[in-house]
Amino acid sequence: MELVVNRTRYRLVVDPGRMLLWVLRDELELTGTKYGCGEGECGACTVLIDGAAIRSCVTRVSAVAGKQITTIEGLAQNGKLHPLQEAFIQADALQCGYCTPGMILSSVALLKKTPQPTEPEIRTSLEGNVCRCGTYPRIIVAVKSVAVKNAALQMAAGQHA
Amino acid sequence: MPRFKWLRGNMPEFDLERRGFLKFFGGGLVLLLTLDGTSSSQEPGSTAARRPDARPPELAAWLHISEDGAITVYTGKVEMGQNIRTSLAQAVAEELRTPISALQLVMADTDLTPYDMGTFDSRTIPLMAPQMRKVGAAAREALIDLAADKWKVDRASITLAGGRVKNNVSGETVGFGELTRGQKLVKTVDGAKVTPAAEWTLQGTSVPKVNAREMVTGAHRYTSDLVRPNMLHGRVRRPAAFQAKLTSLDAKEAGAIPDVLVVRDGDFVGVVAPDEALLRKAINGTKTVWSTDAQPSNDARPSNDAQPSNKDLFGSLKKTVSPLRPDVEQALQAADHKLEATYTIAYIAHVPLEPRAAVAEWNDGKLTVWTGTELPWSVRSELAAAFKLPEDRVRVIVPDIGSAFGGKHTGEAAMEAARLAKAANAPVKLIWSREEEFTWGYFRPAGVIDIRSGITRDGLITAWQCDNYNSGPEGLDTPYDVANHASEFHAAASPLRQGSYRGMAGTANHFARESLMDDLASAAGIDPLEFRLKNLKNARLRAVLQSAADRFGWGKEKPSADHGFGLACGVLNDSYVAMCAEISLVPAGFQGAEVEPAPPNVRIDRVLTTFECGAILNPEHLKGQIEGSVMLGIGGALFESVEFENGRILNPRLATYRVPRFSDLPIIETVLLDRRDLPSAGAGGTPIVALAPAVGNAIFQATGTRIRSLPMAPKGFVKSL
Repeated sequence: MELVVNRTRYRLVVDPGRMLLWVLRDELELTGTKYGCGEGECGACTVLIDGAAIRSCVTRVSAVAGKQITTIEGLAQNGKLHPLQEAFIQADALQCGYCTPGMILSSVALLKKTPQPTEPEIRTSLEGNVCRCGTYPRIIVAVKSVAVKNAALQMAAGQHA
Repeated sequence: MPRFKWLRGNMPEFDLERRGFLKFFGGGLVLLLTLDGTSSSQEPGSTAARRPDARPPELAAWLHISEDGAITVYTGKVEMGQNIRTSLAQAVAEELRTPISALQLVMADTDLTPYDMGTFDSRTIPLMAPQMRKVGAAAREALIDLAADKWKVDRASITLAGGRVKNNVSGETVGFGELTRGQKLVKTVDGAKVTPAAEWTLQGTSVPKVNAREMVTGAHRYTSDLVRPNMLHGRVRRPAAFQAKLTSLDAKEAGAIPDVLVVRDGDFVGVVAPDEALLRKAINGTKTVWSTDAQPSNDARPSNDAQPSNKDLFGSLKKTVSPLRPDVEQALQAADHKLEATYTIAYIAHVPLEPRAAVAEWNDGKLTVWTGTELPWSVRSELAAAFKLPEDRVRVIVPDIGSAFGGKHTGEAAMEAARLAKAANAPVKLIWSREEEFTWGYFRPAGVIDIRSGITRDGLITAWQCDNYNSGPEGLDTPYDVANHASEFHAAASPLRQGSYRGMAGTANHFARESLMDDLASAAGIDPLEFRLKNLKNARLRAVLQSAADRFGWGKEKPSADHGFGLACGVLNDSYVAMCAEISLVPAGFQGAEVEPAPPNVRIDRVLTTFECGAILNPEHLKGQIEGSVMLGIGGALFESVEFENGRILNPRLATYRVPRFSDLPIIETVLLDRRDLPSAGAGGTPIVALAPAVGNAIFQATGTRIRSLPMAPKGFVKSL
């Protein structure tokens, strides 16, 4: 089976029924993707498939063969953090950090689809991600700050055009 | 870079046992801070007898400046999201006049760090931060000694700034490494003059989380992320119910899978496999039959010899009513208004997002276990006792934990992984499933609380007796001024395994007390704020209460009839909290075929907290702890409850046990009162105690209905996405 993870192609011999989470963690040692509940209820295992957020703990690896899989390890480019990673640090939007990879990837997917989400849209789209430390208000601040930057960039691009 | 950097799960390349500190640290400058000024009982890997019940605990801290100037601080404390890796670093860096990035903390490793009783009760900042300051200050003084010797100048003309040592006569500066190079100094210190809070420049500022970058990139290795050479994966075949006995095991199917090992040891059955997929097959191929006796459930049913369920639970916890103390009884008889009420508290689960996990390996009869426990030395003792090893043959290492909230004082996963690793003769990683975490850990205690109280016509409390059955004594004593008052905790036989939780019984006791305070205010016809202030002398508690009321706008008109405002205040671990909450009622709507309309859901719209814990080390991180307490508290206040029956947990999944989500997030406002004139108190456990009563009082104001059980709105269950 061929998996494309963080722009790298892997040829793997794995049971196609295995869940993507465990293939990422145990076969590829990409342990930034976390186990939290095993039934898609907590969002700790969130990864991106062709840019959309999915729960890797309930996604069979065969279903994503050949698609673009992005894990938290693939978000920074050449050591430069993704704007959402920066924003989470700036807003202190993490305590124990265990939900953080899933929160960031869900937020990346949201901003890709909706570059300037309203607060209700942020809440709705992150409803499936649980943070027990209660950093929810700071995560909203972090996502909004990136949305504002996106808007500024867009405006600047518009003025240049 | 520091010489020792085990933070990502590296193994030592040499054996540390029975070596002196100098060999342990290498050259340079070593500062050892212990309470009694001796170091003999604190050697790495020491087997010195500990008395876990002795208070105060040993609060040692070690600091090493290597020959290349790298600063490493060693503490037995555990990081689990409370951000002490950052705040303790602030305390040391302040004294060393160095940027926080110049030092590294090695935490919670029984071979590498000094003994620590455990990370609980919000004790790190009040007890360990002062030790960090002392060891940092001692290091600063030792560097000044070295510099005075090098430059042959008076100590008074040497200062430290920006991570360098300066000769104020010549203007010359050197880095720490230039002073420690070639040195082999070990100094035992019992304190040095620390920087007064009024002169803090680093403490009291919002330094960002020190290892945040590792966490936002997925680089931080939690226990469950560790990999050891030739590591296998393990899992336990769980009994059908608590206290069940194994009557038969059929492991033929599992045993037939290549590379799978089935381990049986008494009632313990586990499997070991090369990967998670085979592990799953192996567990499914391990057939067990268990026998159990009848056990309690949480449903109402007549109490008998069987264990309770959650309906006869409270009757089983409070079997008899405690008599009134004579002076309270007398005062009650003389009171103008008498009120008595009973409150019940359900069991709730901690639900740390990282379930319990451990990696265990045996090397030449020595056991090393990585596991996310809040009490690493206690787990080491458990392991040593179980495997009949001297304690120095067991090493427990705690990678920064994916949250705990008091739920990880124990070492179940460590024990299981160690058993399986021994049987398999290979390193074994064992990760609890969410269902195991919900079932085989322990819970915040359920409880029953009775309060009997009387007031004068003018609203002065004259009699108060509070009896707490099972939930715990923390926060039980009333902070109000009452002439005749008695409070007592009564232990009971809990049908479920129970233990610590953030704020411990503070939530239960404050819920009962602050609910009754509102009822008394109502009986006296006095505003709840005014009633509290009338009966309260404690200046610190009055200050937070007045601040919260002012900032919230207490006394203003409700926006509509279906809204309510409530307030509550309290004290725990020497820190003070007041909260004001606004709630609204949301019609539940039709609920399928149910005939009776469901009660309305409660929505918490706004929570304002004023908090005072003495001198503040890191304001943003403190705010984060308060916001987190509000969110965690919402679950236990409104909807979290463990349901159980006959030795089984009935809702052991996130789909059936609701935890707070984004949709539950109120507007959270936080006001900090910084008291630089007071020592820093514990902060993480206190704010949660005010949330449930503030919300309950708001519900009362909106509906006129007093809810005396936690959770208060268990029907408000909305399935997540």
